Amino acid sequence: MSLRFYRSPLLRPHIKLALFIALLTASCNTDTQSGRLVSVNENTKTLPEVVDFTFDVKPILSDRCFKCHGPDKNAIEGDLSLFTAEDAYKALGEQKDHFAIVPKDTEQSTLVERIYSEDTNLQMPPPESNLDLSDYEKALLTKWVEQGAEFKPHWAFSPPVLPEVPEKKDDWGTNEIDYFIYAKLQQNGLAPSEKAAPEKLLRRISFDLTGLPPTAAQLEHFLNDNSEDALEKHIDALLASIDHAEHMAAEWMDIARYADTHGYQDDFERIMWPWRDWVIHAFKENLPYDEFVTYQLAGDLLPNATMEQILATGFNRNHKITGEAGVIPEEYRTEYVADRTNTLGTAFLGLTLECARCHDHKYDPVSQEEHFELFSFFNNVPEVGLMPSLDAIPEPYITVSEKDANGILDFINFQKSPLKEVPVMVMKEMEKPRQSFILDRGAYDRPTTEVFPKTPEAVLPYAEEHPKNRLGLAQWLFEKEHPLTARVAVNRLWQRMFGTGIVSTSNDFGNQGALPTHPDLLDYLALKFQNEGWNINEMLKYIALSDTYQQSTTVTPELLEKDPENKLLARAPRLRLSAEMIRDQALAVSGLLNKEVGGPSVKPYQPEGIWEETTGGGGGSTASYIQSTGEDLYRKSLYTFWKRTVPPPNMMTFDASSRDICSVKRQETNTPLQALVLLNDPQVIEASRVLALNALTTQEQSIEAQITYVFQRATSRLPSPSELESLSKYYDAMLAQVQEEEVRPEDYLKIGTYEVPEAIDKKVLAALSLTSHTILNLDETITKG
Amino acid sequence: MSEKKIIEDRSLILNRRAFLGKSALGIGGVALGSLLGVSCYRKDKNGLLMADSGAGGIQGILNSLHHNAKVKRVIYLFQSGGPSQLELFDYKPTLNKRRGEDLPESIRNGQRLTGMTSGQDSFPLVGSQFGFNQYGKSGAWISDLLPYTAKMVDDICIIKSMYTEAINHDPAVTFFQTGSQQPGRPSIGSWLSYGLGSENENLPAFTVLLSRGSGRPNGQPLYTRLWGNGFLHSLHQGVQFRAAKDPVLYLNDPEGTTKRTKRAMLDQLAELNDQHYQKSGDPEIQSRIAQYEMAYRMQTSVPEVMNTEKEPDYIYKMYGADAKIPGTFAANCLLARRLAEQNVRFIQLYHMGWDQHDNLPNAIEKQAKDVDQASAALIADLKQRGMLEDTLVVWGGEFGRTNYSQGLLTDTDYGRDHHPRCFTMWMAGGGIKPGMVYGETDEFGYNIVKNPVHVHDFQATMLHQLGIDHEKLIYKYQGRRFRLTDVEGHLVKDILA
Repeated sequence: MSLRFYRSPLLRPHIKLALFIALLTASCNTDTQSGRLVSVNENTKTLPEVVDFTFDVKPILSDRCFKCHGPDKNAIEGDLSLFTAEDAYKALGEQKDHFAIVPKDTEQSTLVERIYSEDTNLQMPPPESNLDLSDYEKALLTKWVEQGAEFKPHWAFSPPVLPEVPEKKDDWGTNEIDYFIYAKLQQNGLAPSEKAAPEKLLRRISFDLTGLPPTAAQLEHFLNDNSEDALEKHIDALLASIDHAEHMAAEWMDIARYADTHGYQDDFERIMWPWRDWVIHAFKENLPYDEFVTYQLAGDLLPNATMEQILATGFNRNHKITGEAGVIPEEYRTEYVADRTNTLGTAFLGLTLECARCHDHKYDPVSQEEHFELFSFFNNVPEVGLMPSLDAIPEPYITVSEKDANGILDFINFQKSPLKEVPVMVMKEMEKPRQSFILDRGAYDRPTTEVFPKTPEAVLPYAEEHPKNRLGLAQWLFEKEHPLTARVAVNRLWQRMFGTGIVSTSNDFGNQGALPTHPDLLDYLALKFQNEGWNINEMLKYIALSDTYQQSTTVTPELLEKDPENKLLARAPRLRLSAEMIRDQALAVSGLLNKEVGGPSVKPYQPEGIWEETTGGGGGSTASYIQSTGEDLYRKSLYTFWKRTVPPPNMMTFDASSRDICSVKRQETNTPLQALVLLNDPQVIEASRVLALNALTTQEQSIEAQITYVFQRATSRLPSPSELESLSKYYDAMLAQVQEEEVRPEDYLKIGTYEVPEAIDKKVLAALSLTSHTILNLDETITKG
Repeated sequence: MSEKKIIEDRSLILNRRAFLGKSALGIGGVALGSLLGVSCYRKDKNGLLMADSGAGGIQGILNSLHHNAKVKRVIYLFQSGGPSQLELFDYKPTLNKRRGEDLPESIRNGQRLTGMTSGQDSFPLVGSQFGFNQYGKSGAWISDLLPYTAKMVDDICIIKSMYTEAINHDPAVTFFQTGSQQPGRPSIGSWLSYGLGSENENLPAFTVLLSRGSGRPNGQPLYTRLWGNGFLHSLHQGVQFRAAKDPVLYLNDPEGTTKRTKRAMLDQLAELNDQHYQKSGDPEIQSRIAQYEMAYRMQTSVPEVMNTEKEPDYIYKMYGADAKIPGTFAANCLLARRLAEQNVRFIQLYHMGWDQHDNLPNAIEKQAKDVDQASAALIADLKQRGMLEDTLVVWGGEFGRTNYSQGLLTDTDYGRDHHPRCFTMWMAGGGIKPGMVYGETDEFGYNIVKNPVHVHDFQATMLHQLGIDHEKLIYKYQGRRFRLTDVEGHLVKDILA
């Protein structure tokens, strides 16, 4: 049914009543715009004095109206779009005699009438849309019309402007971050928390910058270093470490949807680890973000491209590739190009470009034509949709040899490679670009109008001087006026340090995305990042040195009530460790961790049979899991072999990305299966034992000293007297269980492959191992600090 | 639940704990679990705090059903690989009469073919090598390959007019399980867990059982993302129950320890975690304690439900000899019934091996034998327990097979390629018309001529029986409202009782 806006001569009584309430409630409000970000109960919420389009109105229009009255030209109902002022104010109907919005005139604005209508034929949104407006939202829209129905351009599509930095107040704060944060806390009647305890702070910084807990030596050194710049020196050291590079690379694996298999059906192995080694190298060198991205998008098109720059373009070959017999190759080749396009959107633009594949974007100003214009940048790879043979590496690729690894590509770890040379997929441009078309409904076999490389107008027009290829696209991304690139990147760095970005939807800066909690701060950071050479490590250091970052995580009932989601940062967020960190910590504190860098992925402990029970018999080397041996069992989780159709269950349980598509943010969940992994995964049990063994052999004096040794390594702090007492009693209880043969050391101590020396008292070790195992399960142990 | 309520509840818990004293932590899992009941809240992806139902299990997102539900749970017997409807349910004598003739272009009518047969010079029609007869009051045609199914046709509703768009396994199975051909969306069971929650505090709401067919032992693979939670909270992921040493991954206590060891460990953890909670104030710690208790309960409840030793002989006779061999389809059907008895919301079986491109007559005979008796027994068993009334049972694969032979057609041998335009499934149980044959295909068994049912229609109908309007069970992710049926799906009213 097509719904037309029509004008009724009389404004109904209930609308008048609502308007009255709206105006009445407005007078009670004293909030300022920037203070309105904390979610509060709608029933008690008061209308703002001045309704702001960006913060108050557009989120409602976008979410509830744009589907039929938004940027998708072909989906417009009743000839009305609410996307721009011009469209929204125009005369409607055959007679051109009525208006959805007449600024400052709610009686003439049918929008107001329709949102209050109880007639199901008139009601907006219509009942069949399954969307509705709350009373508060209706009052807000009404007040907005009343105040002039002002439209503003979408915040994220205007380039960042250097904001005024709030003054430092009450002697709180180290750098500009703090002044922005403090100002908003004050507006909301909140105060920052005290500084975190030094050992907790060190733990947090260590995990955030290296993915590992501080070592006992680092803790001791730091706690005894009274110099003013102790923390800064420590941060510098962490940022210079290879651990930091590996930790940064771990996040990039999600964004780049890296895996060791092709991802569909029989899921054959592929060799992309030399590309992964390059990522580690790039972070180790602190390659500026603009170069880091340019190499990956267009390294092959750079003048006199080096082998390293070409290798970097493997980024856009990490997508899944099918080998399923019988598929129509063009259908899948189209998917690969679409994947690259969507990845550009999610990773660099913070836009859900995939939504404009079948039709114009419903919420953002990206038309289907523009989608396919972006698509055409990635459509010129001399590739095929179906793998020619299941164990062949699909073209195009470069061959990386042991010789290269000893020379120009010396960051590649070739020592464990079974082959002297390996093919690594990379990007390449066809001599004559493939023709690109708008695909009707996004379908590979329904091409319509031909399109050419170009970028969405609303974001930033594509300058003439850029070549119409991926290199030009990279240049466009890093144009000074680009509104998204720096914001999206710096927001992700913030997310890494605070768990949530200033824009919480780090993948979506569009109309349906979250609004920045601190828009000025985001712009400030974006411009700083951009103007100071896209220096990733400097930005991380800058954040780490802020007082905001260094606050305690302690939360009071008052804070929990006022700001449950901690949007204003009156405390530091208390965050669970990532899947990688949980396993790597267990390995690190027990001393099992093998710090070898790079090389082919390895296969640590995994429950028996899980590859075998789902395979169709194909898959070659991925049909059955052949566990690594010796030191290879204890590599960092970054190096765990990633079979996409059956990813490592212990990591998936802790919310690792499946690597099917580009992902810039993981879930943070708390589930019973996580408990089972920490209680029963042989890796945790083995690490507990080795940790206990180290305690036993180095802390001979007392059980308290041994427990303290374990506890401190797991949590980065000393146990309180009551904790120590409780754990000592627990140790005694465990020892009693050993003596009563409830626990059998000969079995419990054999889990994993690490062998216990003969001379050790097995009963004591078993009791201490169980204690250590318990400590590795503490909530605090799997929390950053 | 408002934040205020949460805080009140939290202090209530703390007071209750203070009242009960530390010893309360030692009473054991159940006591602690219920003690923590009301404080076990969690954040969903939209940042909303959700309360545990307290009475056990996890509350779903829907406060109330959209309409009265006919069933509480679903058992989905997924036949992976694409069973041939022409050998099992869709009787087409014309194909036998015109055996060897080329598929008329007017019938193919532009259908795209997979790369496996698109290069064939001809498409020789081939009818079923196996006989068909009519059974039951409905007079449904059933193949000689399915003698047990034939006996229960009056209990099931056979849909001959299913269709899909996908022509290859990976996208087709993914489509059936998630409503989208491209990976990344939540599976049906995850949607149900999210929407309806769980009614059993000791078992996951969504369980998965795998078996390998004897028709083509090295058939098509499966992928764990088929039972993945996609963008929903990982509490909603399907949990695989395995015929292995660890019936659920990481379920077993470490070698050399006992339940008493584990209990002591959990009590110790709860005590220290709670101490830390008092200092840090983070409610997530309480939730962690509750999750450990759920894990502990699963350690008992999973082996209990998996242990079929006490099932009487007559039950084993019903399900067939295979039911005693763990990991077979028959054994999994029996487990499905046991899980249904425990009110598990969505019980998903996958039986592999239906992908018969060649050597079809030989392979399908074995494959049908794997599933026929046990599928029928499951229906009969549920019925005799009065459970068929509130359980929905579904049987079917991801697409059908072509009416022409893939590869050489000989006197005794032929194969069939994938066919998306028509295939057969059956549904049985609460609210579905029993003894019905729905939809029709043309005499070539190539096109639907009456009552087509799309994959999304099937999904919409399944949700409907559970009391859910498929257009209203949504999750907002990346700025878009997602649902199982994407933007499609119509209720198939004709098959509802």
